[in-house]
Amino acid sequence: MSAVDLLIVGAGPAGMAAAITARRHGLDVLVVDDQPAPGGQIWRSVETVAASPRGSRLGDSYLAGAARAQAFRACGAAYEPGAQLWQIEPGFRAFVTSGGKARTISASAVILATGAQERPVPFPGWTLPGVLTVGAGQVLLKTADQVPEKPVWIAGSGPLPLLYMTQLLAANGRIAGFLDTTPPGRLGAALRHLPGALGKAGDLWKGIAWTLALKRAGVKTVRHVAEIEARGEGRLQSLRYRRQGGSWEETPAEVLLVHEGLVPSIHAPLALDCKVEWRRDQHCYAPVLDAWGESSQPGLFVAGDGAGIAGAIAAEHRGTLAGLAVAARLGRVSAAAAETEATPARKLLDRELAFRPFLDALYEPRPQVFAPPDETVVCRCEEVTAGTLRKRAEVGRPGTNQVKAFTRAGMGPCQGRQCGYTVMHILAGVQNRPPEALGFYRIRPPLKPVTLGELAALGQTDDAA
Amino acid sequence: MMPASAQGFDVAVIGGGLHGLTAALSLARGGRSVVILERNWVGRHASSATAAGVRTLGRDLAEVPISLESMEMWRRIASIVGDDCGFHAHGQFKVAEFDGHLPALQEREATMRRLGYRHEEMIGAAELRRLIPSLSPHCVGALIVRNDGAADPHRTIAAFRSACERAGVAIVEGCGVEAVERQGPDWLLRCGVRSFHAPAVVNAAGAWAARVASLFGESIDLGVRASMMMATERLAPFLAPVVSVVGRALSFKQSDQGTLVIGGGLQGAADIDRQRSTVNFVELAKGARASADLFPIVRGVRIARCWTGIEAQTRDHLPVIGASPQIPGLFHSFGYSGHGFQLVPVLGEIMRDLVVDQKTARSIAAFAPARLMQGRHAA
Repeated sequence: MSAVDLLIVGAGPAGMAAAITARRHGLDVLVVDDQPAPGGQIWRSVETVAASPRGSRLGDSYLAGAARAQAFRACGAAYEPGAQLWQIEPGFRAFVTSGGKARTISASAVILATGAQERPVPFPGWTLPGVLTVGAGQVLLKTADQVPEKPVWIAGSGPLPLLYMTQLLAANGRIAGFLDTTPPGRLGAALRHLPGALGKAGDLWKGIAWTLALKRAGVKTVRHVAEIEARGEGRLQSLRYRRQGGSWEETPAEVLLVHEGLVPSIHAPLALDCKVEWRRDQHCYAPVLDAWGESSQPGLFVAGDGAGIAGAIAAEHRGTLAGLAVAARLGRVSAAAAETEATPARKLLDRELAFRPFLDALYEPRPQVFAPPDETVVCRCEEVTAGTLRKRAEVGRPGTNQVKAFTRAGMGPCQGRQCGYTVMHILAGVQNRPPEALGFYRIRPPLKPVTLGELAALGQTDDAA
Repeated sequence: MMPASAQGFDVAVIGGGLHGLTAALSLARGGRSVVILERNWVGRHASSATAAGVRTLGRDLAEVPISLESMEMWRRIASIVGDDCGFHAHGQFKVAEFDGHLPALQEREATMRRLGYRHEEMIGAAELRRLIPSLSPHCVGALIVRNDGAADPHRTIAAFRSACERAGVAIVEGCGVEAVERQGPDWLLRCGVRSFHAPAVVNAAGAWAARVASLFGESIDLGVRASMMMATERLAPFLAPVVSVVGRALSFKQSDQGTLVIGGGLQGAADIDRQRSTVNFVELAKGARASADLFPIVRGVRIARCWTGIEAQTRDHLPVIGASPQIPGLFHSFGYSGHGFQLVPVLGEIMRDLVVDQKTARSIAAFAPARLMQGRHAA
């Protein structure tokens, strides 16, 4: 078992900033990340892509990642790409697999910088080949310059679909149409948060510019789409959609990318029994954290979008604050000096966070995201439909974990990453309770599937040591 | 004073696990009005964390008679609870990996035959290979029960629960018994603002049974265990029986869903105050190693989830079954120490006998609560 002062999980904006800060104060730092190179989702493959024509097509905020990755490489933290963290025990003992071998690492403090995932959107046909998420489409664009051969349908709401569509157009991709699922009236609701958002006028302008660019490019946009359905034999062949108050329309489609916002990755904090709170504004759970990002488990910090969706710049500041807090905790910097050093990061973080209520109100998910029709598969690992869950939810007002035992929803390898929130909402709907009254699944380890052979080998090395 | 709101029953069962459910079911069918008081929800702890082995193989000699009777009930479980509980009788195997493991198994078989039991059977390497082709060829023989098997724990809980409801049992969930008072011929059980009274109480509170006993003023020496389990991704069917092995903690089977369900008694950590238990992966690695040694084809299979369940363990690993020797109207059914699932059907009958007739024809002397009461341990 190797031992370090600080284990950082994730090499995105938050993880890199935390590592750089902690190294500046002399901490022994190990960064493990399941990706092959630093950058996280936002700056994925930036080291190789930035200098290529693809880099400029992806835009300035993408290119900004190159300098961050360079500073991270130079900071002296041990960095292990392609490494999957699959368990952390209090104390801390972390279990990591890389290169097909599992091992344990002990650490005095841990910063989880594991980011966010796209909010799962179950709708009829969402499991058909040809249906992906916008995030998955963007990964292909960043890592492989892969542009779908056929015109792409985009359905969803939020900044990411807009950004992806401008990137796709710049890469000579074709867009069949954009089904904007933002319900009517959202702009009005968002505008009352405008004063707080004005500090980030640049970002507001960016959103308007994306929309204008799509208009200029002649992208067909259908607004206020309430429901969608993917259809086809064996793969996506057509798309049905219905506008708010309208009737169903059908169109041929070969690729459909959907996106309804992001939610923090909470499996690791939940597995460690950290307190989480329901974020009504973002319709998800987020860990309860202090001003440094420390969770209810002493020594365990969460930085980046895993702490609550706030974007890459906020993630960097949260990483810096967590790195400072660990340095102070381990006596490498005085509390007063850490406070002084934290001041600019806190100010900039506050500015970022002030922008969120506007975006959260504007892009609040449409109600249908949480109430798929009965025939829709909700848990794709175990193929459990919304109808099965609704039927089960009527008997004895069961909670999330009871329904899991009865229906197997959430028991598959993804451990409820895809169905957890939908199950909560479905039970809440049937039982006429708020979703947060149901609670999330209890998380069973491992956090990532590890093989029997890998676990077996772990036993042998530890016995030998 | 009896609170005006207190509901009265003939029997109150404390604990809504499978042993509480089966006792309540038999008592209700015996004409008694029964309430189950469950602190969380039915099947919350050991019952839903179990590997659900239906095993007579290798039972402690004191358990063999009731285990065989229970097996006979498992074979007609659908007629008892209205569902087959996912029970399949594909066999239980205790495998010998090396020649040195054989004498103990042979001796066990001889002992069983001497006592007149014929269900356990020794087989050699060729028969073992025929019955389980995927088993590693280094294994040399096994002690088996061909008609043992396994069930689906969640289906079993659901079946016993609905059978109870059909029989008129009142199931009260989210209702932990906090205080007990004697009220004339009855026990008054207080659960927060609610209370219940009954002349007879069945303590089926599993890992928390000693605490329940102490509410009645009875001190029982009881430990806890948190056996770890793992389940893998789904595979094409390749294994029907349940396989264990001499000298290692392993119980290995493939479920109806195709997942491998691996347990065998490796221990995680239990915190009975917080009602939480945690997996110890360094310890669990032993189970992964045993699996990979016996079934080399599963080395690359991904583990989907691991869990532990908290249950009671007695110092002699035998359950506590019987009327309290000191407290009138208190009956115990707990302490199954990791092998209580198979005994569930017969235990309903035994608890009915004890509560209704004050005696049973089944042999349960070895499970008398008094044997754990001489210790100095306060509950």
